[in-house]
Formats: sequence, C-alpha cells, structure tokens
Amino acid sequence: MRAVHATPDGGPAVAGRRVAVTGIGVVAPCGIGRDAFWAGLVGPAPTGDLRVEGLDAAAVYGPKEVRRVDPFTQFAAVAAAEAVDDAGGVEALAGDPDRAGVIIGTGIGGITSFEEQHTVLMERGARRVSPFLVPMMMGNRAAADLSMRFGFRGPCEATVTACAAGTHSVGNGARLVATGRFDVVLAGSAEAAMTPLSLAGFGNMTALSTSGVSRPFDARRDGFVMGEGGAVLVLEDLERAVARGARIYAELAGAASTADAYHITAPSPDGSGAVSCMELALADADLQPGDITHINAHGTSTPKNDTAEAEAIAKVFGTPGPAVTSIKGITGHSLGAAGSLEAVALALTFAHRAIPPTAGWEVPDPDIHLDLVVGEPRAWEPGPAMSNSFGFGGHNGSVIMVPPPA
Amino acid sequence: MDNAEAFDKFKQCAVEVLQVEPDKVTPEARFADDLDADSLDLVELVMALEEQFGISVDESELEGVETVDQAFKLVTSKL
Repeated sequence: MRAVHATPDGGPAVAGRRVAVTGIGVVAPCGIGRDAFWAGLVGPAPTGDLRVEGLDAAAVYGPKEVRRVDPFTQFAAVAAAEAVDDAGGVEALAGDPDRAGVIIGTGIGGITSFEEQHTVLMERGARRVSPFLVPMMMGNRAAADLSMRFGFRGPCEATVTACAAGTHSVGNGARLVATGRFDVVLAGSAEAAMTPLSLAGFGNMTALSTSGVSRPFDARRDGFVMGEGGAVLVLEDLERAVARGARIYAELAGAASTADAYHITAPSPDGSGAVSCMELALADADLQPGDITHINAHGTSTPKNDTAEAEAIAKVFGTPGPAVTSIKGITGHSLGAAGSLEAVALALTFAHRAIPPTAGWEVPDPDIHLDLVVGEPRAWEPGPAMSNSFGFGGHNGSVIMVPPPA
Repeated sequence: MDNAEAFDKFKQCAVEVLQVEPDKVTPEARFADDLDADSLDLVELVMALEEQFGISVDESELEGVETVDQAFKLVTSKL
C-alpha cells in the first residue's frame, strides 16, 4: 500500500510495503472453491434459497469437532484451507509465525448456534444448553480457529462492521502487512445468518426483497436476498511473495474505511461517507479516479443502497465511469461475508481477465448512470480496480487491487 | 434394565457424543487418553446420559471420573 503513513497535513505520504494476494478460498451458494465460484458468477441467475449446499467441513475439523462449530466458522475454515493451499501450503507461507496474522470478520457471528441453543433453553431448561455454545457463537471464533490451525501468532482479530466487515477485514489485514510488522495475514470474513430470527428481523425492517429476486441496480429492485458464505485471501509482503515464486493474483494497493455518522441503517443521502471512502482508498493506492477501470460494487439490490452507491460512484469517477458490476444477483447478500466474497471475485476477475455480469438486471433505472456490466461477462484488460462495501451503522469500506508486477 | 442393556445404552451415548468407534468404549477406556474427550466433552456426554437414563448428575460428582467404568457406575448407582 503506497500511502500507509499519510501525514495529517496532506504532506508527502510515506509508502508502505506492497501487499500481494497470493491465495484465495471461497465458500458460497453458487459454488465451493474458486473454480466453482467463478463458474457460478458467470452462470445463470440462481433460483430458490441462496444457501451453501454440500460443504464438507468434517474434512477440516473431523466428525466430532465439526458438530461444535457454527456454520459461519465452518465456511471460514474451508475457505482458509483452500486459500492456504492455493498460496503454496502453510510451510511455504508461514515463515516466522509471530509475523503471521489472521483477520476474519463477520456481521453477526454464530447466530445459528445461538438460536438452536436458545430453543434448547426454552424447551428443556438451562441444564441442557451446550457447554460449547459460547465458543460456537462468539464472532471471533473463525479467526481463533485459523490461528490455531495454522499456528499464526500475530494479530488474530474479528472486524465486526455489518455488511462492510469483509472489505474492512481485507483492508485491515493488508494494512498489517503494509506496516512491515507482519509478513502474511489471512484476511476474510464469513456469515451464516439465514436463520428464522435473523430473517424475521431483516424482513420486518423491510430490507429483504419481497419478490425474492436479487436485481442490483435494476429499476424493479425491491430489497436484498439473503445469502451466506465465507472467503479468505492470503495477503503477503509482495517482495517475499516474488522471492518465493508465489502466484500473485493482484497487488492489494489501497484500502480505506470511513463512517457516514448519519443514520443507523440508511445511507447518508449525499453519499459523502462513501465518496470520502473511495477517495481515501485512491489516495492510499496513489491513484487518480481516472486510473480505476472496474468497480465491484456493493450493489445489494435495495432501492436506497443502489441509488446512493451509484451517485457516490458518479461523484468520484464521473459518468459513465469505470465498468461496474455487482455479484449479488448470483450470491445474494451474505452480509459480513459479502466484502471478502467480492474481493475473491475481484482477484478472479484479474485471473480470468473478464468481469462477471450483474445477474438479475434487466430494466434500467433512469436515476442510475453507471457503465454496468450486464448480460454476458465482459472481457477486461486488468487494471486498477476497486471493491466497495457499506454496512448498517454507516460503515464504508473500499479496497483497490492493481495488476501484479510483470 | 440389566447391566448389559444399560452399558449398551451408555455406549450409544458415548459413540454419538464423542464420535468414537463403538469398540473403543470399553470399561477400561480412559476418556482423555483413549476417547480423546476433554472436560467439556464429558459435560456434553453427561447431558446425554441424563436424558437417556432419566437421572441427574451434579457436576461435582464428575470429579475424579477418568474411565468409562467409573462413569458407568456413577450412572447405574442412580438407577
């Protein structure tokens, strides 16, 4: 990250260490594993519930332990196993374990376990509540499991910023590497919140789609469709990655985090928080708006988000601006997992030199002036690209990836 | 319920909670060394046994319980 130590008076920034993405892993309703995930992103729009099916978390945990691990942690664990393997395996990767960290965010944490055990409490009494409830539901469980599994003894934390948690986790992980204090960080997030209680809550706040169709930026969009999943990126000192001959998907060149300071669930109408976030990420990457050739948008398919996000993008980049897509027509909105799913999607966009289309989009919204990628994947010459997330609470997150050194 | 029947039920609980092969649940088996069960595993096993046998076991009674036989005798003493 080029401007990790930006000075408060706007003076010359001190460049941080460059950060490479050297491994990715993903668990999503449209596919488990990066190849299946990509095939899902460029395939037809899904029908029915957007749940992860066929996950073999027992392969990671063993048959006894897996029953005591909430699905959100299972998603992170399976994604991390893939990502570490993709980066060459833990032996090649770890180096000094004190200089290796884990940042795995979530929006909610182990709400599946929480609800199941609350039912046990109500129906069978306190003495029947699982002794494993607390470590199943705590939001830092996924991060803790990965540090134990891989022996990473640097920072091990969970970023909890609702639907921005994934993007913030990737940004926070990259920052740790950029400071020079740590060499490798597993960064990502996971969510498994398609539970009766959570769906009732999101439904009653009228955030969920009544049609059940995720249509980011479409004129008929009527709310988000909940999904679930997890994704992990291996973020590594770029020089070290080059020295060990690692495959580099992209350089994580910039990240930013800001708050709207406006309303607990509505985006600020002028989009100022999102605008400042994108501008800070550009400054962090030492790039100008015109350098960005693609944006993987938050694009939840809620009326308010998509309008506010489109306006914010137009303010920063002009119109039509860079090619924009939202993968939530395929993945649904996996809350805290979304940002890391999209960071993995962006890394795969570099690998495949193509932008996946915004599934579900059919009818243009006259108030949205974006160069939306729709219909078919669009061939893309890799260049600087941004991924955005916004969360209830007024949290804004942006990360920027650029092509790896030739 | 005779002793063999009771032990079969005990074994079922142990197999399910601890996810071990039935052959491993012998009277001599030690929870920690042979069945890879820690103290929280034992709490969960005791919950299952309480349900299965309709008994109540206080946590203090688990002190010093290290083998299957000790746990089984604790259970059968309450039948």
